[in-house]
Amino acid sequence: MVQSNGKIVLEARGITKRFPGVLACGDIDLVLYEGEILALLGENGAGKSTLMNILYGLYRPDEGEIWIKGEKVQLQSPRDAIDRGVGMVHQHFQLVEVMTVAENVVLGSEIVRAVDRLDLRAANKIVRDLSQQYGLQVDPESVIEDLPVGTRQRVEIIKALYRNAEILILDEPTAVLTPQEANELFQIMRELTERGVSIIFITHKLKEVLDVADRVGVLRRCQMVGIALPAEATEQSLAEMMVGREVVLQVEKSEAQPGKPVLKINDIRVCDVREHEAVQGLSLEIREGEILGVAGVQGNGQREFVEALTGLRPVESGSIQLDGQDITNFTARQVIEMGVAHIPEDREKHGLVMAYTIANNMVLNSYYEQPFSRHGVLNQEAIRENGKKLVKEYDVRTHSIDARAGSLSGGNKQKVIVAREFSRPIKLLVANQPTRGLDVGSIEFIHKQIIRQRDSGIAVLLVSAELDEILSLSDRVAVIFNGRIASTMPIAEASREKLGLLMAGAEA
Amino acid sequence: MEATASEPVTKRIWGRVGYGGTLLIIAIIAILVFYFIDSLQTEAVLASAIRQSTPLILGALCGLLGERTGVINIGIEGQMLSGAFVGFLVSVYTGNLVLAIFAGVLTGMLLGTFLALMSVTLKMDQIIGGTVINILAIGLTGFFYVGGLSTEGKLRAIPIPFLSDLPIVGKTFFNWPPLTYLAIILVFVMHYVLFYTRWGLRTRSVGEHPRAADTVGINVFAMRYINVTLAGGFAGLAGAFLTLEAVGSFERGMTNGRGFVALAVMIFGRWTPLGAWGAALLFGLALALTTQFQFMGINIPHQFTGMFPYVLTIVVVALTGLFGHFRPPAAVGQPYETEG
Repeated sequence: MVQSNGKIVLEARGITKRFPGVLACGDIDLVLYEGEILALLGENGAGKSTLMNILYGLYRPDEGEIWIKGEKVQLQSPRDAIDRGVGMVHQHFQLVEVMTVAENVVLGSEIVRAVDRLDLRAANKIVRDLSQQYGLQVDPESVIEDLPVGTRQRVEIIKALYRNAEILILDEPTAVLTPQEANELFQIMRELTERGVSIIFITHKLKEVLDVADRVGVLRRCQMVGIALPAEATEQSLAEMMVGREVVLQVEKSEAQPGKPVLKINDIRVCDVREHEAVQGLSLEIREGEILGVAGVQGNGQREFVEALTGLRPVESGSIQLDGQDITNFTARQVIEMGVAHIPEDREKHGLVMAYTIANNMVLNSYYEQPFSRHGVLNQEAIRENGKKLVKEYDVRTHSIDARAGSLSGGNKQKVIVAREFSRPIKLLVANQPTRGLDVGSIEFIHKQIIRQRDSGIAVLLVSAELDEILSLSDRVAVIFNGRIASTMPIAEASREKLGLLMAGAEA
Repeated sequence: MEATASEPVTKRIWGRVGYGGTLLIIAIIAILVFYFIDSLQTEAVLASAIRQSTPLILGALCGLLGERTGVINIGIEGQMLSGAFVGFLVSVYTGNLVLAIFAGVLTGMLLGTFLALMSVTLKMDQIIGGTVINILAIGLTGFFYVGGLSTEGKLRAIPIPFLSDLPIVGKTFFNWPPLTYLAIILVFVMHYVLFYTRWGLRTRSVGEHPRAADTVGINVFAMRYINVTLAGGFAGLAGAFLTLEAVGSFERGMTNGRGFVALAVMIFGRWTPLGAWGAALLFGLALALTTQFQFMGINIPHQFTGMFPYVLTIVVVALTGLFGHFRPPAAVGQPYETEG
């Protein structure tokens, strides 16, 4: 389905970029044809974002040449890239939250009248026109902070179009979108290519690549390892190119051997930050040796539920029992000591102390006990010993256990959390979005660890917004809607369609 | 959003007028009432309020221009004091008041550039950078201060024909020396610049989300340097006002905390020039009233009246913190790092 006429709009030759101590891009060549969607696939840290930031003038390459529309260019700043028709939608949106859509769109290339006066009326009109022309619905006068992520992304695309972008770089655009929103985005991307825009689409989601791309470039360890055509590729073959070895996409697991109930939750109610009741009478039960997957659209009380269970948020009413003991409103430390491991939703905020070393992060749940501390004094030797052991055991890729946790990639951060949580004897594992934003290799690793825990007789509560994850890991599936469990079923009875309906609030 | 038509009328009026407008209406009514009770004293208090508010509003403009662009300026006090000192010396040795004003402004701007150097280029902690300026100013002006110097005179009032003869507003707004007029004009100019011009949009974007500004080709460092330097000029002008217009001479530490009160004024005014002007007038009024009480023979120990502006500052800032949903610019205080 290549609609291209074979004209090259952008070419990079031998791009190399080093950051202090690491190679981010090693001798990468890349060609973009007019009107095509080129997907760039690669694991986290493979150099995708660095390469794109170079093409957008945010970083300057150490070696290599960039040619745009047949002309060799030196991009000193984004300004240079913009002037040559390169637009970029960053993974983290670059929008000023307190300003309106139109103000954000024109920022940096404003329309002005006399005495430097902004012509906002003209800006509003331009945004309205662009949004109509490309089917990107957005109100130019609404303020960014009131808009959902999907709409913010549209604003970013309009921003690029306003600057006459002919080459559009989308950096992980689907990471923050629901499946429906992602489909809408693909529609928009196709529409744009029909109008002659060429798109570089960065992702690590294999399915999307096959759906939307004309060609696929695969990056591994800062090198371009090959170009594939979706028609000739499969998810399996792409994953193998990306990771560099055989990859098991299907999670291998045996039949569950559930034992006696471990966790019993009876009709709990929990309030959210704004004092609204987010969990409204939730009950469930998990047995040892099984994984209960909780599926649901985000914002249906999952966060509050997990926080209440792990002692981070008070339970208003109802009870939580672990192994027959009432642990309702235990403190977080008491909950940990009862044998509950927690992989939190936001690993950077709640999972790790980013400024601490890896070794120190590994003992956050046990630093106050022997042998890590004695009479209130930390025993750094024991802590570092422990760190070394766990780093090896869980294959955390780092040059030193004394490196700050913040310097690790997403997958390795998660490995540190998993290593820490599994370093104590546990009965229950609470995993909230354990693989969000991770690459294939790390997802595989985390999934294996979760199943290993299940097989050793641990009860697992898996909360995830990714249906694929729920379906491939769970032994039983519960659907959460509006702070209640709408329905529970064995995995054999669960299908994508059925869960989708329940998640949207349909009656069981 | 769009559906305002369905909202109740009262809510719509409230939305238009807002809380600033409501305060303004209450203030006008109160002033009229007092005017009918005692016109002379009311006019005196109002005039004194304006005079007291002038250095505060200039200081607040300095603070908010810096913070809107992402740089905290806690050195306003020092910039003011240096501006006052240099302005005074130039006036003494040249006898030229216009030259003296420019010298004061330039001194403030120079210290502004110094602050930008510390906080933008050297990425120092901005609070410490500002403190450096304060200590520097107190030390240098104290060291070079020579007692007994006197000037040819100070800036004289320029009554505006007809307008200055009006009741109430005449004495309050239209019978001032030039710097007071200038301060009031600057409030409106700054309001226009910040909210209606390209420069203002870029300034605010740099203070809120410098990386977003960078990605659309705005030079974050240049914006910060220029704005912080210009802002220093306002503080310098406030200093020049003190020596050349209000007092006519220089004394050690004569700014007396006005630079810090100006920061409170900026916060109370929600980082907007008009809001800050309102807040400065409120502070000015409070100061004027305490003075007036003493004239009227209401006997409050002077320790308490002297304390008043500072207590008011604490109360106001605390109240804004408690009830305000106002946020400072998101990137304030953070040095910007390019990663390439």
